[in-house]
Amino acid sequence: MRLVLLMLVPLAGALVAYGRWGAPQRLGWLLGAAALHLGLVASLWLRPPGPALGGWVAADPLGLVVLSLVSILFFVLASYAVGYLRVENPRGGRLFVSCLLAFLSAASLVVLSHQMGLLWVGLEATTLAVAPLIFHRHDRRSLEAVWKYLVISSVGIALALLGMFFLATAQVGGGTTGRLLVLEDLVAQGPALSPAWLKAAFVFLLVGFGTKMGLAPMHTWKPDTYGEAPPLVGGLMAGALTSCAFLGIARIVQVTTAAGLAEFVRPLLIGFGLLSLLVAAVFMVAQNDIKRLLAYSSVEHMGLLVLGLGVGGVGVYGTVLHLVNNGLAKGLLFLAVGNVVLATGTSYAPRIHGILRSRSVTGALLVAGLFAVTGSPPFGLFLSEFTILSGAVRGGHPWVAAAMLMLLAIIFIGMATVILEVAYGQPDPLLPKERESAWLLGGPLALAAGVLLLGLYIPGVLHDALARAATSLGGAAP
Amino acid sequence: MSHLDQVLLLSVVLTNFVVLGTTRLSTCIRAVAMQGFLLGVLPLVLHPSAGLTIIGLSIGTVIIKALILPWFLLWAIREASVRREVEPLIGYITSLLLGAVAVAMAFAIAGRLPLPGQEPALLVPVAMSTLIIGLLVLTTRAKAITQVVGYLMLENGIYTFGLTLAERVPLLVELGVLLDVFVGVFVMGIVVFHINREFDSISSAHLTELKD
Repeated sequence: MRLVLLMLVPLAGALVAYGRWGAPQRLGWLLGAAALHLGLVASLWLRPPGPALGGWVAADPLGLVVLSLVSILFFVLASYAVGYLRVENPRGGRLFVSCLLAFLSAASLVVLSHQMGLLWVGLEATTLAVAPLIFHRHDRRSLEAVWKYLVISSVGIALALLGMFFLATAQVGGGTTGRLLVLEDLVAQGPALSPAWLKAAFVFLLVGFGTKMGLAPMHTWKPDTYGEAPPLVGGLMAGALTSCAFLGIARIVQVTTAAGLAEFVRPLLIGFGLLSLLVAAVFMVAQNDIKRLLAYSSVEHMGLLVLGLGVGGVGVYGTVLHLVNNGLAKGLLFLAVGNVVLATGTSYAPRIHGILRSRSVTGALLVAGLFAVTGSPPFGLFLSEFTILSGAVRGGHPWVAAAMLMLLAIIFIGMATVILEVAYGQPDPLLPKERESAWLLGGPLALAAGVLLLGLYIPGVLHDALARAATSLGGAAP
Repeated sequence: MSHLDQVLLLSVVLTNFVVLGTTRLSTCIRAVAMQGFLLGVLPLVLHPSAGLTIIGLSIGTVIIKALILPWFLLWAIREASVRREVEPLIGYITSLLLGAVAVAMAFAIAGRLPLPGQEPALLVPVAMSTLIIGLLVLTTRAKAITQVVGYLMLENGIYTFGLTLAERVPLLVELGVLLDVFVGVFVMGIVVFHINREFDSISSAHLTELKD
C-alpha cells in the first residue's frame, strides 16, 4: 500500500497543483507532496514492506537506496523552487510545479517496479515530464535544447524497448514458466535464459538506458540540455533522472550476473565508463560555460558508475555509494551555480568574478561543491571513487585504474580553473552586495552537509543496504 | 487466414517506401497512419482466438496510431502553415535505394535470429526493416515534423517485433508503452509548433546555436 502511495501522492499533487491556485498555495502543494513522499520513504526504512501488485512493485535494498536519494534531493529542490520561482516566475509556475511532481511520480515508478516493462514505461514518462521544464523560458536556445533532448532520448529509450522485448524472448525461449519480465523470476531462472537473446538484450538496454544516463558517446544532448535548463531542473536531471536510468542498467546487470554472463558484460561496462571519462576530460578543458561544465561533470560521474559496476568486487559497492554521493553533490553544485546565475544573469564564466566577495555563502558553496564533485577528501565522493579504484586494482585491472586516475586529475584541473576563477578575484562593481534568500541557501547547505557527512561516516543502516545492493549486483562489500 | 497476415505485413513494408519516396508531407503522415492501422489489425489476424489482451492492444493501437496522432500531426502542419515539401537531405532515389538495402539487411538479420515461438516468417524481417527505415527517415530529413514521423516508424518496427510476444506481455504494460508513445509524439508536436513560430520554418537544420 505504501509503495503504491509513493507513486500516487506526487501524481495527485501534480494534478491538484495544476488548478487555479495562487503562487503560495501551489508551492504549498509542492512542498507538502515532497514532504509526504519523504516521510513515506523514511517509513520504508523503519518497516520494510512486502511486494505489492503481484510482485510487480517491491522495495529491495538497491531500489530503496535510489528512492531515498531521489526523495531527499527532490525535497531539497522543491524548497529551492520556492525561492527560485519568486525571482524568476516562468508563466505563473503552474506547469513547472506540476511537471516537477509528475517527474517524482514517474521516478518512483521506475525505482519501485520489478517488472521490467513497467520500469520502461516509468523511465519514458520521466523524459516527458522533464521536457516542459527544460523549455520553460520559451526562447530559441531552450527550444533547440528541448528538441535535441526529446529526439535523442526518445530514440535511445525506443532501442531500450527493443532490448526489453529481446529479454522477454530470452525468457520465453528458455522454456521457463516464470512471470514475464519480473525481476525476481528472471534472476531465479538466470541460467535457463537463452544466452544469445540475453546478450542482445543487454547491448540494446545498455545503449538505450545509457543514452538516458548520458554515457559517452550517447551524451550529446546533455551539455545543451543542462546548459539551457534552469539550474534547478539541471540538478534534478543530473542527480535523480540519471540515477533512475542507471538503475535500469543495474537491473539488467542483476539478470546477466545470475545468468553467468559477467565475462561478456563487464568489458562493455568498463569500455563505456572509460570512454565517458575521456570525453568529459577532453571537453572540460577550455570549457567556459559553467552549466555546460557541470554537464560534462555529469558525463564523468555516469562513466564512473558503470566503470565500478564493470570492475566488480568492492568496485560495485563503490558504485552504489557513488550513486548517492553524486546525486547529493550534483544537487549542491547545480543550486550553487543557480544562485550565481540568478545574481549575475549569465553562466558564461569569463564574465563572472569574485562571487566569494559579492555573495559569500553561495561562493563558499560553489568552492565546497567543486572539491566535493572532483572527489577530494573529506567529501563522500573521495571515499566512493577510492573504493571503485581499489575495486579495479583488486579485480586485476591495473591499467583501468591508472587511466581512471589520470583522467580524474585532468578533470580536476579543468573544473578547478573555471570555478576558482568565478569564485575568487574582484567582483563586478556593478553587482550590488545583497543578502541572499534563505530559501535559496538552505537546500544547498543541507546537501553540502550530507555529502560531507558521507565522507566522514557511513551510518550502519546505510552500509548494510549498500552491501546488500552490491551483493545483488555480483559485487562485495569492503 | 495465413495469406491475410502476409498481405498485411507486405503492406507495412509498402507504407515504409511511400514515406521514403513521397515529396509531400501530408502523404508521409497519411502513410504512417495507414501503417498504424495495419499494425493495429495485425494482432487480431495473428491470434484469431484473441483474448482480452489482444483486443485491447488492437483497439488502443488503431485509436492512437491510426487516428489521433496522424490527425494531430496534420493539424500541426496546417496551423503552423508548414510548407508542403519533405526537404530530404539526400535525394528521393537514394532514399529508396537505401530503403531497399535496409529490407535486404532486415531479412539477413532475421535469418540469424531463431525465435522460440510459431510466428509467420515475415514478422521479424518486416519489424527490422520498419525499424531501420524509421532511423533512416529520422536522420535524413531536415524538417522536425518528418523526424517525428521517423520516430513513429521506429516505434512501429519495435511494436511489430513485440507482437511475437503479444499474448504473453501483460495488457497494462502494452497500454503503458502506447500511452508513452502517444504523449511523446504529442509533446514533440508541440515543440514542432513552437519551432515553426520561432524560426519561421520547421527545419531542425536551423537548430545549430548550441555547440562546443
